[in-house]
Amino acid sequence: MKALGFLRRSFEHGVHPAHHKQQTADLPIQRVPFGKNYIMPLGQHIGVPAKAIVAAGERVKRGQLIAEPGGFVSTGLHSPVSGTVTEIGDFRGVDGRFAPAIAIEADPFATQQVDAGAALDWQSLSLEDFIAAVQMAGIVGMGGAAFPAHVKLSVPDGVKIRHLLINGAECEPYLTTDHRLMLERPEALLEGAEIMRQKLGAEETVIGVEMNKPDAIETLRKHIQPGQPVRVVPLKVKYPQGAEKMMIKSVFDKEVPAGQLPRDVGVNVNNVGTIVAIADYFLRGMPLIERVVTVAGPGVTYPANLIVPLGTPVRDVVKFCGGLKPGTREIIMGGPMMGRPIASLDVPILKGCSGVLVFTEEETARRKEYPCISCGRCLEACPYFLNPSRLARLSKARMFDEMKALNVFDCVECGCCTFACPSSIPIVQLIRTAKDDLTHRKEPDA
Amino acid sequence: MNSLLVAPAIMVGIGLFFGTILAVAQRFLKVDEDPRIEATNELLPGTNCGACGQPGCLPFAEKLVKGEVDPGQCTVSTDENIEQIAEYLEVDAGRAEKLVARLRCNGGHLQANQIAEYRGFEGCRGAAVVSGGGKGCAWGCLGLADCEAACTFDAIHMNANGLPQVDTEKCRACPDCVAACPRDLFELVPLNQNLYVQCNIPLAGEAATQLCAVACDACGKCVADAAPGLITMQNNLPVIDYAAGGEPRPDAVFRCATRSIVWLEREQFQDQESRKAGVA
Repeated sequence: MKALGFLRRSFEHGVHPAHHKQQTADLPIQRVPFGKNYIMPLGQHIGVPAKAIVAAGERVKRGQLIAEPGGFVSTGLHSPVSGTVTEIGDFRGVDGRFAPAIAIEADPFATQQVDAGAALDWQSLSLEDFIAAVQMAGIVGMGGAAFPAHVKLSVPDGVKIRHLLINGAECEPYLTTDHRLMLERPEALLEGAEIMRQKLGAEETVIGVEMNKPDAIETLRKHIQPGQPVRVVPLKVKYPQGAEKMMIKSVFDKEVPAGQLPRDVGVNVNNVGTIVAIADYFLRGMPLIERVVTVAGPGVTYPANLIVPLGTPVRDVVKFCGGLKPGTREIIMGGPMMGRPIASLDVPILKGCSGVLVFTEEETARRKEYPCISCGRCLEACPYFLNPSRLARLSKARMFDEMKALNVFDCVECGCCTFACPSSIPIVQLIRTAKDDLTHRKEPDA
Repeated sequence: MNSLLVAPAIMVGIGLFFGTILAVAQRFLKVDEDPRIEATNELLPGTNCGACGQPGCLPFAEKLVKGEVDPGQCTVSTDENIEQIAEYLEVDAGRAEKLVARLRCNGGHLQANQIAEYRGFEGCRGAAVVSGGGKGCAWGCLGLADCEAACTFDAIHMNANGLPQVDTEKCRACPDCVAACPRDLFELVPLNQNLYVQCNIPLAGEAATQLCAVACDACGKCVADAAPGLITMQNNLPVIDYAAGGEPRPDAVFRCATRSIVWLEREQFQDQESRKAGVA
């Protein structure tokens, strides 16, 4: 029975895309040299945008607070470079829309020394102060959603967090940022995990890593201090293993009901990058001003894992990687399954951006769409047990309201359905469109 | 013999019993439905489009008979039908001024700068969800014809410039296109309001014109040339306030270098149509 234990370490449904990680998995993280222009959008996390506290023309130092949280579900922003604020205005974001941002021109003669405070005495901080500190440090979920980390820490009374789950699955193809972090900074990860665990009052820390990263599992296990309540759990390679509800199912065999949060089953889930950011802030006083980004894909000359200051335009990152190969057709920010294509190279790297993937004609060509043959593969793929085929048909018929009864809002847009569909029906795209229509539709005034 | 008669007798008995109940119910619980509702409903177009603000034609007919709404509020019926209904119900037609859908954007493929090629999921909403389509302007028409698909009356067709051309004859001012547009560019305006601003860029000067050749750069010439108070600049766009008094005149648009404020006699984008004909 015990030998079969590892087989159980997975959730139901899901798909198996080719992982394509060999391109960057063995490349150490390197630092991108500072460029000239930086754009820090005020709303780069989920929730209320931050409020700028600097004015145009003001000199800022690297690591200096430039925007404060605009509400509880909001975080602070720090300058990624030493330089001058050139403008506070509207700049193009990842979704193509213009949004308020702080533009900073780097000072080419600055030392780029971090204006970081000293390490914080996190042990003596009360929970409220700790949460406030995380919020001011600008730490958000680094896996892609950019949900403010401190909100997850604020657990309502009566809810007991028993497990801290650290997400090192990195189930999206191509991305290797978490993998490299686990290999290169296991101490920081385990330090951050200890801070989080003690502050949450959890009994143990579990690090879930997909089995295609045996070196990471080994490294982490080697660095665990004797007596430290940390377990590294190898997980089956399957997409979306890194979705928090899937991971809880895989590790603890507990299901988080629709509409509830991981904390309702006593688990707090955080990405590897988030935990390292926590360690960097509380032990080294370094706020979130840079992140690890994987630049990969068939269209990039030199794939790499890079530490990129936030706000760096994608153009500079791509240039550092040797530029685009001829025939490049599409650049995706994030992973290939859930990331967003960008329309302009001038959009900046944000807190939630784990990858810049460059694809050529071959990978992006759209396959011919055939009618649904009712094979049910999308139903077998959907990790949330929805009926994607039916949702897609309703979306095609523009019957968006009817989709609510089929729990369309439980869909996390993981893309398993589109990946699984043998008729190449853009199912997740249809669902996403319908969700957007339902949430943003302007009701007629009449 | 007896057993043969029992069954029919029971059936007849049950029948008589329920028949009596029905007869009593008919006598005491009868609801008189106004026959005019049915007749009025016959005269309505039966499209159930919702343009009148009611869920469908029958509820509209009920309200008509009760006198809560005017026949003219049905924008879909022809004038003769409205007259007929008004005559039949002996009320005032109350024909509202004709509304048409106008697009607050004039930047087609030829005018708006393209920064990328959108090859994703077809449809404006799909483009708006991912990266905002290929145009540099983040406020303008995406040109992927969601409104054309949504129009119940076949009044919207994409022109050669990639903009939705509204047929003012066919447009019944139902709000389908208004709801379909992810950029909220359609609005229903009276056909006789000739001055119209067809740009939605909240930027000024070069910031706007480098995105689109026909963008409003907020120069304010139209404000100066129009009757005082008629046009005001709000959020870097001219806003026409017909209620403010002051007679709208075509003078206001003469000095507009980008044709972002226009004097419309009938359809929008007439100049673009003629250009298309010239090319052909």
